[in-house]
Amino acid sequence: MTGARAPLGKDLLGLEQLSADQIRLVLDTAEPLKEISERAIKKVPTLRGATVVNLFFEPSTRTRISFEFAEKRMSADTVNVAVAASSVTKGETLVDTARNLEAMRIDMVVIRHSASGAAHFLAERIESNVINAGDGMHEHPTQGLLDLLTLRDHFGAIAGKRVCICGDVLHSRVARSNIWGLRKLGAEVAVCGPRSLLPSAIGEMGVTVFDRIEQAIEWADALNVLRLQLERMHAGYIPSLREYNRVFGVTRERLARAPRDVLILHPGPMNRGVEIDSDVADGPHSVILDQVTNGVAIRMAVLYLLAGHTPALADAAKGPA
Amino acid sequence: MPTTPATVLSARAFERTVSRMADEIVERNDGTEGLLLVGIHRRGVQLAQRIAAVIKAREGDDIPLGALDITLYRDDLQTVGPRPVVGKTDIAVALDGRNVVIVDDVLFTGRTIRAALDELADFGRPAHVSLAVLVDRGGRELPIQPDVVGKHVEVPRGQRVDVLVAELDGRDEVVLAPVEPR
Repeated sequence: MTGARAPLGKDLLGLEQLSADQIRLVLDTAEPLKEISERAIKKVPTLRGATVVNLFFEPSTRTRISFEFAEKRMSADTVNVAVAASSVTKGETLVDTARNLEAMRIDMVVIRHSASGAAHFLAERIESNVINAGDGMHEHPTQGLLDLLTLRDHFGAIAGKRVCICGDVLHSRVARSNIWGLRKLGAEVAVCGPRSLLPSAIGEMGVTVFDRIEQAIEWADALNVLRLQLERMHAGYIPSLREYNRVFGVTRERLARAPRDVLILHPGPMNRGVEIDSDVADGPHSVILDQVTNGVAIRMAVLYLLAGHTPALADAAKGPA
Repeated sequence: MPTTPATVLSARAFERTVSRMADEIVERNDGTEGLLLVGIHRRGVQLAQRIAAVIKAREGDDIPLGALDITLYRDDLQTVGPRPVVGKTDIAVALDGRNVVIVDDVLFTGRTIRAALDELADFGRPAHVSLAVLVDRGGRELPIQPDVVGKHVEVPRGQRVDVLVAELDGRDEVVLAPVEPR
């Protein structure tokens, strides 16, 4: 009936490589999976016997926990490898680490790494499914997908909606995944932030640029407010946090002047009083906690869809040789 | 004309059959107290709604409905290749102590019902679970038998049973159709 949809493939590395249909497949799969987290027994047997390694070379709390919940709710066995406690500190390369894990018969790797392209690099060299949980300043596809799901839940459809990504776009993998995903699904996309925190070639990504947050708020149906990484101040990208809040902060007063209700997203963790004020983050148009809930469903969907596509399973599907 | 689907149940026979199934369900469960109808995606969901409507008309009682999508409990997920689309499971009432009737369109290998029983167990512990199917076409691969059957159908080789419901297909009908080569 609906079997003719393009599968996701072996890995999820970024939204840049996915078609609009593949993105919709993930969103449509995540939708019914939300219900599992509402059950008394929050578990389905789908990935029973599959082993997933969460390989985190960068500190992460919410993404790692979200993946771990998703894996456990699908009945996968999970192992967390944190860089500080691993042999990586003894000089082992990324590929050696992954090959050693593969030798222990794992099925999937979820990788977070500070180097852009780390997930790609790994995916080309191991047979296990690879899920990019954030690589440097490149992409964070599951965050992009959960933002899309949250927007779709709220608006019904994403096509034609105006979404502005605010803040440190330059260093943000969340911004890149959002821009790719939103544009593929037909949204109008803008960015807003200090020029020092916008990529110089941002125009080539097909987005509008606003220099003033007031213009962005007047234009947008939704704002995706990025975390301002505090290190940026020390690196001289912005004069001070107070100054940033005064010029670019998403505040109740600014939103009150918007011609329509503006939906507020934030990938977390928030710097309250810097890029976003508390009464906005906790306000009636904030969907920040819905994003967190949707994150688990999106990751369950990605696990489910990728697990069907290892070479061994593809061979088995063809029947005995 | 061998390509024309052979009718097993016409629209009128379909309606009579569903009415009789509803009566049998009420009789077997000694009334409507504690009854819960759980339809299996997809057409079991519509059949459960029809049965509930008949019971409402006969007994005056509203029977709670649930829906099960058993995709995530299938035993062939490791071998089916491209992932089947997942539908929505919706069990809004507590199952504990209830008389649950699983409703499906066609009973064949029994594997769907095995999956449904596993999924139901994750929602609670019903007092009693029974199975109502519109068509039993035989060919069981597991020790699972229906309690209420609309019609037993012998299906020749190379044929399959299609249940059509007005909500999804524009008309109520049960037909035999050739299996399309995949």
